[in-house]
Amino acid sequence: MGAAVEVRGARKRFGLVQALDGVDLRIDEGEFFALLGPNGAGKTTLISALGGLVRADAGELRIMGHDVVADPLQARRSVGIVPQEIVFDPFFTVRETLELQSGYFGLRRNGAWIDELLARLDLAGKARANMRSLSGGMKRRVMVAQALVHRPPVIVLDEPTAGVDVELRQALWEFVRELNAAGHTIVLTTHYLEEAQNLCSRIAMMKGGRVVALDTTRRLLDSFSERLLRVKLARGEVPAGLLPGNGPDTAGWHRIPVQNAAHVEEALGALRAAGLTVTHVEVAEPELEEVFVKIMAREPRAGAAP
Amino acid sequence: MSPGFRTLLFKEVLRFWKVAFQTIAAPVLTTVLYLVVFSHALAGRVEAYPGVSYVQFLLVGLVMMAMLQNAFANSSSSIIQSKVTGNIVFILLAPMTHRDLFAAYLLASVVRAVAVGAGVLACVALFIPLPLPHPGWLLAFTAVGAGLLGVMGILAGIGSDKFDQLAAFQNFTVTPLTFLAGVFYSVATLPPAWQVFSYLNPFFYAVDGFRFAFFGQSDVSPWRSLAIATAALGALSFTALRLLARGTKLRH
Ligand SMILES: Nc1ncnc2c1ncn2[C@@H]1O[C@H](COP(=O)(O)OP(=O)(O)OP(=O)(O)O)[C@@H](O)[C@H]1O
Ligand SMILES: [Mg+2]
Repeated sequence: MGAAVEVRGARKRFGLVQALDGVDLRIDEGEFFALLGPNGAGKTTLISALGGLVRADAGELRIMGHDVVADPLQARRSVGIVPQEIVFDPFFTVRETLELQSGYFGLRRNGAWIDELLARLDLAGKARANMRSLSGGMKRRVMVAQALVHRPPVIVLDEPTAGVDVELRQALWEFVRELNAAGHTIVLTTHYLEEAQNLCSRIAMMKGGRVVALDTTRRLLDSFSERLLRVKLARGEVPAGLLPGNGPDTAGWHRIPVQNAAHVEEALGALRAAGLTVTHVEVAEPELEEVFVKIMAREPRAGAAP
Repeated sequence: MSPGFRTLLFKEVLRFWKVAFQTIAAPVLTTVLYLVVFSHALAGRVEAYPGVSYVQFLLVGLVMMAMLQNAFANSSSSIIQSKVTGNIVFILLAPMTHRDLFAAYLLASVVRAVAVGAGVLACVALFIPLPLPHPGWLLAFTAVGAGLLGVMGILAGIGSDKFDQLAAFQNFTVTPLTFLAGVFYSVATLPPAWQVFSYLNPFFYAVDGFRFAFFGQSDVSPWRSLAIATAALGALSFTALRLLARGTKLRH
């Protein structure tokens, strides 16, 4: 399968800030990919460089094989980007906005697809409303629709769910999942890590303009996070060596790493055998948040001026 | 031209048309007021050219002045607004070339200028008859004059990051150059030093050539005016196209 996005040695400096410090990345066609990282990691800069909004100082960026510098028109036709910042043209209505955006891509009879986008993003009732009169979340949905007017093979969403209510967030992800199932490559950034964990099959984590982790979601979870059995005990001292770690947390939970159900049985059996009464039991699945925190902690404070 | 050009041009025209009260009616009214006030105050002036009353002379100059100012206003305000609000990204993300952007902003400026100029003439045509012996020159100087200011507006819009920078550019270049372009007087009546100053002002040639179209008389030969104004237009267009191609101050 071909590469939907290919980035080699991308560098970009803004004054003193090295926003991209040699990024290498390959995203295959059909992937559902997350680009994660703390504020200022360089995610938006990388996305902007892919869309031609930012000119990289060095390196090569391709979308569906089209170099964004040498062949910008084909590259731009191949990608739909939802910018992070909410922006809109106050002169136009929602429908006009989408018709104009279609026209910029040379699509003159795009009404049926625009109707579908409006319906799927729950904007049909607002089609004739002026952009100015929409709430923040609605404006963001219009931006999603704008990025999709030309049915781009690669769809890049830069924090599309910031400020979008729960119901619509779910509707949006369902729509994006369908687009992915239909063959579109999806790249998203988000600070809601559980979204990335549930949706994306592969994840890149950035910090200080560099990719500091790149793997499948599964492998990242397996290697950096563990399934935890969490228990609360009624009373009594816990014999030394029975439970790992340094005692209960502030809420009184003890945490025992477990791999599978047999381990859970075993641990609970040991507690019972020691005469302890277990009042609460929980099994916590591995969480991307933990992976993220660990990876960021092991990285030196990159991004600061050298 | 990429297919997107047509839509961008349409959008740029729609943008001012939706607020035509401010973008067309207001400048038409201002220009008519100038005409009423100045022609009254300066009614005693001698004919600028034989057989051409001062009011006729002034009217044609004011029409060109309004066209120049509105051509500049259109492209500069559209670009600065979309930069400041950020919605220029939707244009930059679309598959359009720098030539598409240039042509669309430029032509929309010319359309707005023509709408304002025609508006002024329509308001006063009944009261102030104008001969028009050379309609071809009318088209030529409308295109070159409005085009010149449309391109200046593109340059000013690209160069400015804030509205007040754009306003400064307008107040210190466009406004003085339009006022000193021989709208209110024939430069032949000026002292020689001031004449030289006028001959260095490209806007003067747009105004002077435009008058030739209406009266068959002007301070400078229309061919010469056309050549100079076109050269200025060409030089500024070349600069604007280069900036757009590089993405200067647009693609960071
Ligand atoms: N146009 C610009 N001018 C100057 N500095 C910039 C510009 N754009 C980005 N930067 C800087 O580059 C760095 C990376 O910013 P970027 O927006 O790519 O981060 P991000 O990963 O998207 O962060 P966030 O999660 O907050 O959106 C930051 O230090 C930022 O201040
Ligand atoms: Mg960002």
